[in-house]
Amino acid sequence: MDLAVVILVEVLYAIASLVLISAGLAVVFGMMKVINLAHGEFMVLGGYTVITAVGLGVNIFVAMLIVAPLVVGLFGLIVERLVFRHLYGRMIDTMLASWGLSLMMIGAFKMIFGNTQTGVTGPIPGLTVGDYQINGYNLFIIVVSLLLLAGMLAVLRGTRAGLIARGTMQRSDMAAAMGHSPDRIYMTTFAVGSALAGLAGAVMAPLVGIVPTAGAGFIAKAFITVIAGGPSLVTGLATASGAFGLVNQAFSFLVSPVIGDVALLVAAVVLLRLMPKGITTRFFRGRL
Amino acid sequence: MNRRRFLTTTSAAAGALMLPRASFAQDGAIKFGSVLDVSGIFDAYGTPMDMAQRLAISEINAAGGLLGRQVEIVSYDTQSDMALYTQYAQQLTRQDQVDVVQGGILSASREAIRQTLRRAETLYFYNVQYEGGVCDRNIFINGVTPAQQAEVLIPWALSRAAGKKVYILAADYNYGQITARWIQKYVTDNGGETVGVDFFPLDVADFGSTIARIQTVAPDLVVAPLVGGAHLSFFRQWAAAGMNTRIPLASTTMGVGNEHKVLTAEEGNGIMVAYNYSQELDTPANNAFKERWTAAYGDTSAIHEIAVSHYMGVQLWAEGVRRAGSLDRMAVIEALENNLSIEGPSGVMTIDPQTHHATLDVHLMEVRDQKMNVVESLSQRPPVDTQAVCNLITNPDDNTQYEIQI
Repeated sequence: MDLAVVILVEVLYAIASLVLISAGLAVVFGMMKVINLAHGEFMVLGGYTVITAVGLGVNIFVAMLIVAPLVVGLFGLIVERLVFRHLYGRMIDTMLASWGLSLMMIGAFKMIFGNTQTGVTGPIPGLTVGDYQINGYNLFIIVVSLLLLAGMLAVLRGTRAGLIARGTMQRSDMAAAMGHSPDRIYMTTFAVGSALAGLAGAVMAPLVGIVPTAGAGFIAKAFITVIAGGPSLVTGLATASGAFGLVNQAFSFLVSPVIGDVALLVAAVVLLRLMPKGITTRFFRGRL
Repeated sequence: MNRRRFLTTTSAAAGALMLPRASFAQDGAIKFGSVLDVSGIFDAYGTPMDMAQRLAISEINAAGGLLGRQVEIVSYDTQSDMALYTQYAQQLTRQDQVDVVQGGILSASREAIRQTLRRAETLYFYNVQYEGGVCDRNIFINGVTPAQQAEVLIPWALSRAAGKKVYILAADYNYGQITARWIQKYVTDNGGETVGVDFFPLDVADFGSTIARIQTVAPDLVVAPLVGGAHLSFFRQWAAAGMNTRIPLASTTMGVGNEHKVLTAEEGNGIMVAYNYSQELDTPANNAFKERWTAAYGDTSAIHEIAVSHYMGVQLWAEGVRRAGSLDRMAVIEALENNLSIEGPSGVMTIDPQTHHATLDVHLMEVRDQKMNVVESLSQRPPVDTQAVCNLITNPDDNTQYEIQI
C-alpha cells in the first residue's frame, strides 16, 4: 500500500516535470513555430538565477516563482528583439541561431559560475509514508505544474490578451488588419515562453543540479513532448506528458531508469508514427 | 592567371601547410604531452588537472628545466569525448612526437589510448584513481586502487552502519562495473551481504525510482561509486527524501572532482570517502603546495584529489628523467622502477617496480560542511590488488588489464 503511494507520487512527479520542462517550449514552438534549441539553457539560466538570488538572501520560494521567471523573461525579450525577430517563418534558421545562442550561453555560464558552483537545497524536507521516505519537494513540483496548466488555460481562454495571442498565431494578417501589432504579440509571447522556461529551471534546480551543461538533459524530452502533443497547447502538453511520464516511470520501477528512458523514446516513436502531427490531431481536437 | 594556375597554386600552398612540421633538434625544448577533458561534462575533473600540470611544469622550468632544457607543454582538450582521446593520442605521438604523455581521466579514456601509446613507445602516466589491474610496462599509475581505497573504506563504513546489508549503485562503464565487483568482495570479506547492485549510464539524473527501490530492500549501508555531474543528482535526491539521516552513504568517487563543494552542506554531510589527498591535510608539504597554487591561481578552491595526483605524476616523471640523465624511454622507466620515491602535498609516493603503481598514504574522510575531514590516516599502503596478479619484473612484456572475477 505504501509502495503504491510512493509509485503514484513518482509517476505524478514524472508527468509534472515533463509539463514544466515543456511548457515554455510549447508556447515558443507550438505557438510561434520557433525552434529554440537554447531552451535547455534558458532553464539553466533560471536555475542560476535562483542560486544567485538565494545567495543574496532572497527567500527561495520568491526566487523560484517570481525572480527567476522575471529575469529569464527579460532575457528572452532581449534575445527576441536581437535575434529571433528577424527569423520568423524561417524554421531552419531559428534552429541555427538558437544553437549558437545555446553554445554562447553555456560558455557564459562556465565563465561566470564555473563548474563547482554550489547548488541550493530543496526547501521541503522528506516525508514519511508508512515505511517509506519520499521527497516532499516532488509534491511541490506537482502542485506547481498543475497551477501552471490551469494558469495557461485561464490566460488563453479567459483573457483578451490570450484571445489576441491565439488569433495572431492562427492568422497574423487578420490580426494586423484588426489593428493589433503581430510584432508586439510575438515579442510578448516569446518573453512569456522564456519566463516559463526560467520557472521550470528554477523549480527543478534543487533536484537536478545546475552545471553549465545541464541544459542538454532537458532539451530532448521537451521537444519530444511538445511535438507529440500536437497543435493544442494545454491539452497537448497534458496528454503527451501524461503518456510519456506514465510509460517512463512504469518501466523505471519494473526494470531500471535506463529502460524507463528507452521506453519513453520508444513510446514517442510509436506515437508519432500513429499520429504524426501530434496526439491532439486525433484526440481532443479543437480543444485549447 | 587562369583558373587552372590558380587552383594548382592554392592547392599546393594548402598541401604545404598540412605537412607535419619538422621536429626540433635535440637541443630544443622537452615536449610534455597532455590529453585532458577541459571542456564538456568532465571538465570539473580536467581543468584542475591542467592547472596542476602547468604549475608543476612552471616550477620545473623555473628551477632550470630538465637536463638543462626547458619543458614545453603540448596539450589537447578532449572535450569529454572518448573518440577524441584516440585521435589526440595519435597526434601527440606521430605529429608532435612528445617525450611523455600524461592524461586520461575516465578509465574508458585510459584504455582508449594505452595501446596506441605502447605501440608508439611513448611513456604514459595515468594519474587518476581507478579500478586496478593494469599490467603494462609503458604506463605508470599513481591513483588509488580498490585495495588501497575500497578495502579500507568498506570495513569503516560497515562499522558505522546499523547492520551488514549493502546496496551498491555504480556508473555503468568499466570503472563502475569492476569497482562494484571489488566492493562486493570486500563486503563479503567483512561479513556483510550485498543485497542489490544497480548500474547507471553517465547521463542518468533521475533517481526517484531507484531511491524507492532501495527503500524496499532496506539496506544498512549504500555504497555509490557514481561518476560525473548527472550522477551527483543522486546525492541531492537522496538528501531531499530525507534518507541521508537514515542510511549511511559511502562513495569511492564523490569528492574526487570537488563534488562535495557543489552539493550543499546538508546534502553532503556524513558521506564517507577514502582518498590519498585532502585539502585539510596539515603538513608542511601541503601548506607550501597550497601557497604556490594560490600564488599562481588566486585561491585553492580548484585543488582536488586527481589534480594532486596529476601534479605528483609530473614530478615523478621529472625525477625519473633527472635520475636517468636522459629522455630515452627505457632509461627513464628503469630509473622510475628503481624504488623512486618523492614527497608531495599528499605525503610520500613510491613507485612499485613490480606493478608500476604507487605506494601512498590513504586517509579515511567524512564530508562535513563542504570539507573532507580526515578521520583516520593509513600510511604507505601498497597496491596489493594489482601486485597479486601482475609482475612486470618477471614478465616485462605483459600487456593486460586483469579484472577481478567473483
